Amino acid sequence: MTAEANTDTETRYDFGGDEFVYVELSPAMSLPVHFTSLGITRRLAEEAIPGVEEIAPSNASYMVRVDPDRLDPRDLVRELQRIEDEVGGHSDDLTVATRIIDVPIMLNDPWTHEVLMKFRDRHQDPTGTDLDYGARINGYSSTEDFIDALAASPYLVTMMGFVPGLPWCFQLVPRERQVEVPKYVRPRTETPERAFGFGGAFAVIYPVKGAGGYQLFGSAPAPIFDGEQRLPDFAENDSVVFFKHGDVINYRRVDQTEYDDVRAQVDAGTWRYSYKELEFSPSRFLADPDGTNAAMKEVLYG
Amino acid sequence: MSILVRDPGLETTVQDTGRLGYYSIGFPPSGALDSFAYHVGNALVGNEPGAAALEAVYLGPTLEFTQATVIAVTGADIPAFVDGAEIPLWESVAVSAGSVLSFGQLRAGARPYVAVAGGIDVPLYYGSRSTYTLVGIGGFQGRALRAGDELAIGSDARDPRAGRRVDPDDVPVHPSTAEVHLLVGLHSYRLTEDSLARFTDTEWKVTPDANRVGYRFRGAELEFVPREQPFGAGSDPANVTDCGYPVGSVQVPGGVEPIVLLQDAVTGGGYATLGTVVSVDRDRLAQTKTGDKTRFVPVDLDGALSVRRDRHAALDRIRSALA
Repeated sequence: MTAEANTDTETRYDFGGDEFVYVELSPAMSLPVHFTSLGITRRLAEEAIPGVEEIAPSNASYMVRVDPDRLDPRDLVRELQRIEDEVGGHSDDLTVATRIIDVPIMLNDPWTHEVLMKFRDRHQDPTGTDLDYGARINGYSSTEDFIDALAASPYLVTMMGFVPGLPWCFQLVPRERQVEVPKYVRPRTETPERAFGFGGAFAVIYPVKGAGGYQLFGSAPAPIFDGEQRLPDFAENDSVVFFKHGDVINYRRVDQTEYDDVRAQVDAGTWRYSYKELEFSPSRFLADPDGTNAAMKEVLYG
Repeated sequence: MSILVRDPGLETTVQDTGRLGYYSIGFPPSGALDSFAYHVGNALVGNEPGAAALEAVYLGPTLEFTQATVIAVTGADIPAFVDGAEIPLWESVAVSAGSVLSFGQLRAGARPYVAVAGGIDVPLYYGSRSTYTLVGIGGFQGRALRAGDELAIGSDARDPRAGRRVDPDDVPVHPSTAEVHLLVGLHSYRLTEDSLARFTDTEWKVTPDANRVGYRFRGAELEFVPREQPFGAGSDPANVTDCGYPVGSVQVPGGVEPIVLLQDAVTGGGYATLGTVVSVDRDRLAQTKTGDKTRFVPVDLDGALSVRRDRHAALDRIRSALA
């Protein structure tokens, strides 16, 4: 895992029109690349450069919205290159204050199954299901084994967005154990609320119903977006979204009985996620992924 | 003081300058798609910049004012009437208590804006009054207006006055082929050179799938460069490792039907983008409708910044003239 250094390419700086600078550290996803991006965007936020309006960290890249009337996007790029020089390669020292969160998930659920069957004409494999396809192209002998792998190790939230509250989750396992699937050939026009999807090397939960291009694998009973902040997790944090960039999520498989039980708690307004706060050290994780995961689960479940 | 919605039109929403600052948790900016028409409307009725207005599309709403006030209709070229008498567009007009604003058939453009002295008074949601219907937040109850809705009007208009008028030379025309400037880049390297040239040579047709989230076009097929797929992207040629999407960026899932993302768009995803429409030119896209044509004119960063500066200077000049 430690050999998985960011050697793919040079960082690519580009302009997204007049108001965005897009920085791609690598075309490929890896944890070391992500941690470098994290270090750069944190430093950029600390420096509070006038004209930097918004910083959006993402998986192997990040994006900055700039006010070009105050800061020429080319000058911003020079600043970003300087920060990369100063921060890059020092992600060993980085530790992140984070949470490990228990997130119940029902895989191979009836709701996403119904939707995915409606859109077979947009899928790589019109004859099967998304789970069967994912199992096959990732070399699993059965769909059940594939499902086990999806829920076996926790995930890191490496990007937020698409719509408010959606977490892109990268599984905390060495690359040879990471699942990878393509997005739909053409995006669906429909995805159920709280669907658990997978695209590229990322798992997501869709906060609301809508369009989507990820493979549909399951459904989460608990909301991750609460526009009215009705549930205590949202009201107490004064936020309409629950997950944060840098959270660690442990997707725990549940059956329909437990799924329905969580739904009932949500309806009653009493549902709370269980989570614990902890310090996450990327370098320690890279040195011992399974040991770090076991220790984090121990913190969560005791 | 309020507005009673007698007929909502096709999809009329409350919009302002947008919900900025929450991109990193997935909130797109929302806000008026044609920001020029929106800003000029506010200047005409004597509002502070940033007051909320109404944005309609294709079909205008029918609105009753419960008290005398000053309004202005800007944006699309569409006949507008107060109590049955046609009123000039791009001009502030006094309405009486009980007056009804209605619209005829669209002549050109797509989105009329109704500015009202004092602005539409809905609660701020994450710093903005803009409606974001995709998740049902902001604006009036998080949704497009319906018949029977009653909208409160703010009371802090700076200087409401009828008879302010935009110089006819400053009124945008809405040609059936819109030209928008495009800064090519982002993942443009994923497309073949031929395809990139074809993209800027083609007159693209706006499909029925064109709304505040994005505009989808038809007109040519584009090809991707063969590659060894980077880990994390997914195997489809149009896939990249998921990243942020600039507002105005253009993606081409499957090589057909490019999509330009607009103010209610998704903030990120995993489809390759080939460039970004210059921010001020989203105004022009917002005034195209299904069946209209669009050309993407390539510019470099200096070109993009100068298009932006010119448009902002024009807006400043119009505001001073109306002040």
